[in-house]
Amino acid sequence: MIQIKDLHKSYHMGSNSLHVLKGINFDVKEGELVSIMGSSGSGKSTLLNILGMLDEADTGSYILDNVPIKGLNEKIAAKYRNEFLGFIFQSFNLINYKSALDNVSMPLYYKGIKRKERTERAMHYLEKVGLAQWSHHLPSELSGGQKQRVAIARALASDPKVLLADEPTGALDTKTSYEVMELIQGINDEGKTILVVTHEHDIAQMTKRIVNLKDGVIIDDSKVEQVRASQYV
Amino acid sequence: MFSKDRWNEILEALNANKFRTFLTAFGVFWGITILVLLLALTNGLKNGVMSDFGDFATNSMFMWTQGTSKPYKGLPKGRYFNYKIDDVAAIKNQVPNLKYVSPRNQLGGFRGNNNVIRGTKTGAFEIYGDYPEYIKQQPMDIIDGRFLSYSDIEAKRKICVVGTGVVKGLYDKDEDVLGTYIKINGVNFLVVGTFKMSNSRGDGEQDANTIYIPFTTFGQAFNRGDRVGWMAITAVDGIPITSIKKQVFELMKSRHKVHPEDDRAIGHFDLSEQFERINGLFSILTIVGYFVGALVLMSGIIGISNIMLIVVKERTKEIGIRRALGASPWTIKSQILQESLILTILSGMVGISFAALVIWIMNTILDNAGPVENFANPSVSMQVVFTALIILVVSGVLAGLIPANSATKMKPVDALRIE
Repeated sequence: MIQIKDLHKSYHMGSNSLHVLKGINFDVKEGELVSIMGSSGSGKSTLLNILGMLDEADTGSYILDNVPIKGLNEKIAAKYRNEFLGFIFQSFNLINYKSALDNVSMPLYYKGIKRKERTERAMHYLEKVGLAQWSHHLPSELSGGQKQRVAIARALASDPKVLLADEPTGALDTKTSYEVMELIQGINDEGKTILVVTHEHDIAQMTKRIVNLKDGVIIDDSKVEQVRASQYV
Repeated sequence: MFSKDRWNEILEALNANKFRTFLTAFGVFWGITILVLLLALTNGLKNGVMSDFGDFATNSMFMWTQGTSKPYKGLPKGRYFNYKIDDVAAIKNQVPNLKYVSPRNQLGGFRGNNNVIRGTKTGAFEIYGDYPEYIKQQPMDIIDGRFLSYSDIEAKRKICVVGTGVVKGLYDKDEDVLGTYIKINGVNFLVVGTFKMSNSRGDGEQDANTIYIPFTTFGQAFNRGDRVGWMAITAVDGIPITSIKKQVFELMKSRHKVHPEDDRAIGHFDLSEQFERINGLFSILTIVGYFVGALVLMSGIIGISNIMLIVVKERTKEIGIRRALGASPWTIKSQILQESLILTILSGMVGISFAALVIWIMNTILDNAGPVENFANPSVSMQVVFTALIILVVSGVLAGLIPANSATKMKPVDALRIE
């Protein structure tokens, strides 16, 4: 699903150059649930941004679902993001003046799907995350866990190939974190490829594979025995 | 381009901060109100001043004789002369592009001596000897009967057409006017018609106290022979009388042995020139109206642009999210553009409506309070409204352009990082 070869990325700040990613090689197969770990500054967020086509690598190749991602203009990048990727953010990033339902249907809106079908599909995903009765509430009327579940529904709405979660539990308490992870595991069980960036070991243990980043290189990449979140809930 | 979804998106965004939307819109609302009001007031002023011209055909001049100021062909200076009825035919034949040439004579004057008698009633009226064409130069409404005709001219009939003031002065209420006789300077005239001036303003009383009789009858009855008091000359449409009048003067000078350079011998009043001058003045005033209005509107537009910039800045993160979800830069740009466009047009429409309301109130007050000097019926044409709308659309797009560009300038990854 994802093939990355020799990925380099540096940031330039004035005369200083910061080499963030120093040759990343890694593959993700369909249906995997991978966590990317590392201390801050290890380059994990940069890697996720490149995977999410929000940022572009300096050198190296990135192939997503057999499509080489290179030299995209913003228009095509936007199209690919819409088709291939679903984003889950630490701070949820819901649009605060739109109801949960409207938030979930946004990717479908940008996909150009008619309103009726859009609402149906958005409703379906809201049901899936257990928030059907909250569909007309604004984000400000939802709890943190509920917001993240809306965000997950939104990420799922356009039926992407890969879900990218950037610290999905970073802003949640432990109990809610496990609930969210349970949901993510459930989605993975259905076959969706998911990448989770985290620095919490218990969260990482709930994935199937942990990739450890340090100073821009992968120092460890190993399969783990998945801990089911449901046992904590 | 404008689907229902787009509308919802835009209205939601505008609704998200109602007070700010209102304040922003107010700038444009105010600008367009001032623009329309300025043009309406200019128009009111124009209507007021132009109505002083009455309905008289504006492409006209009046021409009379004055004493000569230069000796010529053995004749001394200071000599007086008169136009003759032959001159009218000569002008008609020899000067092209003239529509009407009406010789006129006058008896009595404004509030002069009593000169008309009917039974025991008397009155002082202005009596004009005229040709039938005169009604085309000075439009009037014939209330009853008819105006002068050519057979009256040829037969020198002693008939007259009287104004409403004459009827009021010489007749009892409900008395039949047509078919009765009135005595003008001792000569009996049969009344064949009554008239009132169309759209009479200002000189209303004078107009109403007027009697028209056939020109030829006038000459015979009041001992003027074939002399002509003055002439009212109208040129054909499209050719200003100002450009023709010189030919008329030259012809008159040669026919009356006046020195060709003696400009003082022939007096004239060029209505067309005056009219054009005032028309030109108001064209300039209208341009000034547009200019000042547009400047005021511009500050409104800048306000919108400014607020949209702030909005874009505030929504940087939202825009980042939207782009992460698959919004292309153009989608974002066009949304910002449309937001500013809709804000501009909506507030502009309200502004135009408000201005229309103010104009309506002004007109109502004017109607109730009676005519005001040099000001009448302030109004704007549909053309002005459309121009204003076009200005609004253009400026709405302009207002949104810079914010729309800045909205997509930031990379989505940076936009998402902003808290």
